[in-house]
Amino acid sequence: MNMELKQPLRAAKSKYAIVDCDIHPRATIEDLRPYLSNHWQHYVQTYGMRSRHGFAKGYPYPKPTPLASRRDSWPPTGGPPMSDFNFAREQYLDFYGISCGIMNPLTPSGQGDQNSELSAALTFAVNEWQVEDWVRRDPRLKASVVVPYEDAQASVKEIERRAGDKNFAHVLLLSRTSEALGHRRYWPIYKAAVEAGLPIGVHVFGYSGWAMTGTGWPSFYLEEGIENAATSQTLVASLVMEGVFEEFRELKVVLIETGFGWVPSLGWRLDKHWNRMRDEVPHLKRPPSEYIREHFWVSTQPMEETEKPDQLIDVMKWIGFDRLLFASDYPHWDFDDPFLALPPALSEVQRRAIYGDNARAVYGLA
Amino acid sequence: MTTNGLHSIDCDVHPTVPDIKALFPYLDEMWRESIETRGILSLESNAYPPNAPITARPEWRGPKGQAATSPAEIGRQVFDRWQASLAICNCLYGVQLVLNEDMARAFTRALNDWIAREWLDRDPRLRASIVVPMQNVDMAVEEIERCAPDRRFVQILVLAMQEAPLGRRQYWPIYAAAERHKLPLGIHAGSSYRHPVTGIGWPTYYVEDYAAQSQGFQTQLASLVSEGVFAKFPGLKAVLIESGVTWLPGFLWRFSKYWRGLRFEAPWVDRPPEEIVRDHVRLTLQPFDAPDAPDLVERAVEHLRCDDMLLYSSDFPHWQFDGDDVVPAGIPAGLRRKILVENPIATYARLKAEAPEEGAR
Repeated sequence: MNMELKQPLRAAKSKYAIVDCDIHPRATIEDLRPYLSNHWQHYVQTYGMRSRHGFAKGYPYPKPTPLASRRDSWPPTGGPPMSDFNFAREQYLDFYGISCGIMNPLTPSGQGDQNSELSAALTFAVNEWQVEDWVRRDPRLKASVVVPYEDAQASVKEIERRAGDKNFAHVLLLSRTSEALGHRRYWPIYKAAVEAGLPIGVHVFGYSGWAMTGTGWPSFYLEEGIENAATSQTLVASLVMEGVFEEFRELKVVLIETGFGWVPSLGWRLDKHWNRMRDEVPHLKRPPSEYIREHFWVSTQPMEETEKPDQLIDVMKWIGFDRLLFASDYPHWDFDDPFLALPPALSEVQRRAIYGDNARAVYGLA
Repeated sequence: MTTNGLHSIDCDVHPTVPDIKALFPYLDEMWRESIETRGILSLESNAYPPNAPITARPEWRGPKGQAATSPAEIGRQVFDRWQASLAICNCLYGVQLVLNEDMARAFTRALNDWIAREWLDRDPRLRASIVVPMQNVDMAVEEIERCAPDRRFVQILVLAMQEAPLGRRQYWPIYAAAERHKLPLGIHAGSSYRHPVTGIGWPTYYVEDYAAQSQGFQTQLASLVSEGVFAKFPGLKAVLIESGVTWLPGFLWRFSKYWRGLRFEAPWVDRPPEEIVRDHVRLTLQPFDAPDAPDLVERAVEHLRCDDMLLYSSDFPHWQFDGDDVVPAGIPAGLRRKILVENPIATYARLKAEAPEEGAR
């Protein structure tokens, strides 16, 4: 196979100790069974998982490929993409010589399920599974504390359970929560995360239970992909304007797969209107863009593609080269190749920062 | 400095309906009685709470706290002080929020008639947008047909957020009418509040609601392009009004990137969205969402990669800037000239007829 010949070559080329902030292992319900009570096993078997949309199986917007994955990422052993440790290690971790991969399990994870108790049971199971099936096999991998975010108390319990466990890198939320993340009902999650010394990671997708946009449901998956950036703008505005960062000054938030082209403009827009209406939000002590600059990190995939290369560098500069984290999104269809994704115009120092130094700093990795 | 004999064309000013009773002469007996007997106080929208700072700059507010309640008030500021040659009235009275379709039609007709009689008739420098009842597509088309013969109506006006995304085919008869009458589709900040203003619910603060408007515009642009509205109606132009500006480049990068991967979903989108947007979409200048830093403003505008897109607007009486800085410092002189007159004339077909050739005045 070509891969066997190319593999040592590719890995040798990675002179950077790459931290990939977004890879997606996928459990099957069978995988989670050891960590679920008989009740919940029976429940899932009978009623299934019910996300806040209408389809019993699949998604409101069909993905472009099965399970939104690269067609070559289905393991020969028969499970879904990134369900087989050996295959994922060979195809991705070893092939690119990745030094650390942060796992963000998406489905099935129970996040945002209509039944909050099922959500709590499944997120616990997913966290156990990440450690037992993945991290124990390869110390390069880090798990997420997946939490049932619509139930803050249950989320706090799960964070406290994992506090101090170095196998976990961050607390994982999805972007489409039933209310924007600045609302007070979510604050116990931030308190627990700060106390556990963990950043909050927010990955795009999920289902809020509202129409996907402020003007109803769009038609296409293409629009959903764009909408993920809009929703991310909303949640950043909410976290800032509600004063979350005045209350939790140590809180760090990592935005994953949100894109980053919108970040500077959002800060400017919020500053402009805050300036006029600051009497509405007296709890803010500084312009909104300063909270964004201080508390947010953002992953690179899907890498913005500007028509003029220097405009991408402008935006990176406006955000801060210390705030960008490399991510590949393996094994998904819109995967960014670690060797090809970053713009060529970056300096050596900037490249090192984005590939790994920034992630090591925010996650406290060795 | 003039271009085509014109100094500037203000593409967004807001006449204020001083009182619901101002519409009485334009409503029939049944609706007048309805207002009285049911105690309907006002249709003002929460998109602009009447006393919020953004709704009117303090020095422009009259004794009742309202601003821009007469053509003279607009004239003093927009024509006399800022020397605009023409101004387009976009009335934001909340007729789009009304849930009863018949009531919506009645109030929308009254509003357009009120604009024609009380504003356009009183100052020949004023133009206006046709407010359309998007609650019902047949009624919307009917209202366009009713108003279009009056050439002082230069575009149709809808809100950035409504029941469904604007690209959906149910709305296409409206675009056919707009194209037929050479009326751009003006999309103004605001919502009919059929959904929370964000896809993740209601924000706590008004400032978040206002900031979220730019996300509504992103959704509408994605919808209009993805659904193929501009392929079907090549003569149609959309004007994003009070949308903010600097969010557009980042939005287009993401849109064009995803389009490359997902164009099988929308085969009628046969070229990059950024090109379609540059050909068909225009934005008014205020609020210009960037810091007061001329070099940064210049750079942010360069990211649009197109000098044809921005249209001069003061957004009077909304409080978007202080003093007389309608055009933010940092906009290069050549672009500034285009923004003031050339771009508005190229956008609004019905204004073109009125602009004499350069040097004719």
